[in-house]
Order: sequence, then structure tokens, then C-alpha cells
Amino acid sequence: MVELLSYGFMRNALMAGVLVSLACGIIGTLVVLKRMVFISGGVAHTAYGGVGMAFYFGVNPVLGAVVFSLLASFLMGYVQRQTRQRQDTLIGVMWAIGMAIGIIFADLTPGYKADLMSYLFGSILAVTNADLWLMLVIDLLVIGLVIAFYKELQASAFDETFSRVRNLPVDFLYLVLITMIGLVVVMMMRVVGLIMIIALLTVPAAIGSLFLKDMKHIMGLSTVLSLVFTSGGLLISYFFNLTSGATIILFAGGAYLAALVLHRFCRRCPNA
Amino acid sequence: MHSANNHITAGKQTGDIKFMPQTFQKSSNSTLIEIENLHAGYNGEAVLQDINFTIQEGDFIGLIGPNGGGKTTLLKIILGLLTPKKGRISVMGKLPQDGRQHIGYVPQFADFDSDFPISVRDVVRMGRLSGKRLFKRLNTEDDAIVEERLDWVDMRDHMDRSLKELSGGQRQRVYIARALATDPKILMLDEPTNSVDYESRTKIYDLLHTINEQGITILMVSHDLNVISSYVKTIGCLNRQMHYHSEKEITAEMFNAAYDCPVELIAHGLPHRVLAEHKEAR
Repeated sequence: MVELLSYGFMRNALMAGVLVSLACGIIGTLVVLKRMVFISGGVAHTAYGGVGMAFYFGVNPVLGAVVFSLLASFLMGYVQRQTRQRQDTLIGVMWAIGMAIGIIFADLTPGYKADLMSYLFGSILAVTNADLWLMLVIDLLVIGLVIAFYKELQASAFDETFSRVRNLPVDFLYLVLITMIGLVVVMMMRVVGLIMIIALLTVPAAIGSLFLKDMKHIMGLSTVLSLVFTSGGLLISYFFNLTSGATIILFAGGAYLAALVLHRFCRRCPNA
Repeated sequence: MHSANNHITAGKQTGDIKFMPQTFQKSSNSTLIEIENLHAGYNGEAVLQDINFTIQEGDFIGLIGPNGGGKTTLLKIILGLLTPKKGRISVMGKLPQDGRQHIGYVPQFADFDSDFPISVRDVVRMGRLSGKRLFKRLNTEDDAIVEERLDWVDMRDHMDRSLKELSGGQRQRVYIARALATDPKILMLDEPTNSVDYESRTKIYDLLHTINEQGITILMVSHDLNVISSYVKTIGCLNRQMHYHSEKEITAEMFNAAYDCPVELIAHGLPHRVLAEHKEAR
């Protein structure tokens, strides 16, 4: 067990787990409470288009993912805010188009492409020091913004109309949130892969909101839970030689089912 | 800075409803909201036609009308959430976006996510937020106001409970406390007694009556015609057009114009008048 930590890649992986869990717990809570799960899934999958294009043009795939993920965030955010109908259709279509762009550009790229799979399914063991720095920057940004706007974010998540009447910058806050979702997607991409981001983003917050009745506390518990899922899943995958991203997600999914059952039989739980 | 009623702390209790301290701005007759020749609609369909309507300080207006008659649309326009197609509107002499800070808004029940994890205290604290106070923490004065408003609606003992543990009537009183925490000149409620049991309903109306007596003007949309006519001061009927005469009685013609179905009318607590049943239209 201890000798695991002597491996640099293992230390990086665990560190990535910590850094991702911070942002994931905080933003995941807002995503779940504001019912933006679908849009987050859309952003995550669309980001693959950026990865594919970056490969083709020979630039850093993370950069491609950042650009695509932010573009997708703004576009989907705009669709969700402005279009009165068929938002889910539009978001679903963008989701698939983003992936298709990624696949086509991967086809067009000559040479070895196995690395592309790591962006889809995650490769927490391949996290570099540069990745860790990027994650730290995103964490600081997310934590700073959420602390600065906590009460306004809470208010507009709970009751947007009232917040608007109080002249709170509801649209600006939405833009901030959707930008943060785009950034968090990129950092989670390394850990569980674009395809499974949606689960790690939402499961901890979903469990938290089963048992807790305050947004701050849910954020805290979600952070702890996603740390448990990433590092627990990582260890399980190491010992049984499984894909780390999928193991993390199955661990989280199993915990969610257990939480639902526990909640069902828990009479003293606040939301029972 | 805040309205006069903040300076007085004690309130005497009468029955279930705690009475608020008297304010100084009682029933001076100035116009708070003015609407002239206003038209509004969505996607080319007219919802409001040629609305002329003023709200005087101290009034308690009950706004009735059939579903789809434009009641919620009118509230949205007053709150600056929807732009009218034509016409003029002023709220406290300003554009709705600037004047709405003086409106304490109690949205429709159905607009809320009943699962949202938030404490009663945090809901009412929302009333202390405003666009001008970004980056500023709420202070002890805000906390005192929050507790006081919760006391007014008799929900202070539930302050630290989760909103989702409360009954419909209790929640509605929390939303009223939140609206009062904004120190409003006008309280605007959209069907405040929907999905609330009969007993809570009476309690809410008594509460609104008391609030109005303290000098806060009220505009309330309601379906609860029999009950509202015993609490409100004036009644408006809205069915695309507004029928409003600054009176507490609904005239037969107002009613005919506003509704297509026979409704029993009771005005001001007494069985006042029952309209003759008229033919169902179409």
C-alpha cells in the first residue's frame, strides 16, 4: 500500500483526485440543484471535438478541450436561456455533433491515436505536473467565485424570479456558473474521461442532497465523497487491473444505489 | 435607509397573528404604480389590451379573472420581467426595473423547487440581498430584520428548519416574510393561497390584512373570490382588459366582462349580492 506512493504517477493521480474533488463537489452541487445535469453532459461530450481538432492541428488537447468546452457551455447556456422549446433536442444535437467532430478529426490525423481514448475514458495515472497546475488554477477560480457570489448563487438557484426582482445579476451569475462547468469538465476529463464526467459530477451531490438540508453542507459532503470515489476507485482499479475511470464511476454508482436504499429506510433523514 | 418600521422592535400578539408596529406612512394618497394604454402579449397573441390602472398607496387590491386572462402577465410587467408592446408603466415613478426594488414579491407556489435544500432563515435572508449589495456580507442588522419578519408571520420558531419540512401554509408565510424583508412599499402576491388548506388560508388573509393596516400597499392575484372580497379594499377584474373602479364591489358589468361563467359574489364579509346566473358563453 505505502509503496504505491513511491510511484510518481500514483502520487500525481491521488493529487489529481483531491484537486478534482474540490471543484467537482462544489460545482456538482450547483449543477444538481439547478437541474443542469443534461447540459453538463452535453458540454463534456462536445469537448471531445476540441480534443480531436487539437490532435489534428498538433496542439495540446487540453487546450482544444478548454476552447470547445467553453464554446459549448456558452452555446448551450444560451439555448437553455433563450429558446422557449426544444432545448433538450438542441443540446442533444450539439452533444453528438461535438463528438462527431472529434472522431472525424481523429480519423484525419495520421499515426498513433490510442491516446485519444484516454480523453474519453480517463487516464488518471497519466496525469502530468502541468495537468495538476491547471487543476489547481481552476480550483482556485471556482472556489474564489463561489465564495464571492455564494448567497447570490444560492438565491438564483432557488428562485430566479425573486432574485431578478431584487436586481441580482442573474444572467451574469448563470454565465459564471456555465463557464465554471466548462472548466471543471476539462479537469475531470483526465480523471474519469469525458463520457463518464456526468456521473462523477452529479452522484456525490445527489447523495449529499438526500441527507443534508443546506447547500454549503452538500458542497462539503460532495467534495469528501468524490475524493472517496476517486481514490477508492483508483485503488480498486490498481489491485484488480481495471480501467480507473470506469472503476471510479462504478464505485460512485454503487454508493449512490446504497444511499438511495439507506435513505428509503432512514426515518430520521430530513428528506425522507 | 430602511423604512420606519425597522426602528420599532416590540409587537403585541393577538391570537395567532402577531401585530406589527404602526408605521408612519399610513394611507397618504399617492400613486405607486401607474399604467397607461398598456398592451402586451407573446408571439403575436395579445394577452393584455389597453390596460389603464393605477395603484394608490395604502390600497389592498384583489385581482381576479379567468385563467389566461393575463393576471400573471400583468404582474410580470410591473416587475419588469416582461416588456410591454405598447403603453406606459411606472413603478414608484420609475421604470419597472428601477422601481421594483420597492416591491416585495411572493411568486406562485408552483414556481418553487420544493426539494431545494434551504433553511427558512436563508429563504428570508434572500429578501435582504440586492444588486447594490454584491460582495457585501449580510450584517447583524439584516439578521435582526430577518428574525423580526419571521416573527411577524409567526414562523420565528421554525427559523432553522428546512423549508421542505414545512406545510404549504407555513411555506407561504415564509415567502411573505421574505417579501417583507425587502422593506417593500408594495406587496405583490400571485395566488398566495393555492395549495394551502382552509385554516392556513384564513391565517394568511388575516396576516395580509394586518400588513396592509401597517401601511403596506397590497396587490394580490387570487381565485379565492369569496374570501378575498371580505379582506380587500378594491377589486379589479382582468380578462385581457382591466375592469377596475377603485371600489370594493364588483359590479355585474365588470363581472360579465371578466368572466364567462356564473360566480357567486359576496362582498366585504357579508353576503352582499349574488349575481343572477347568466348564460354560459359559447
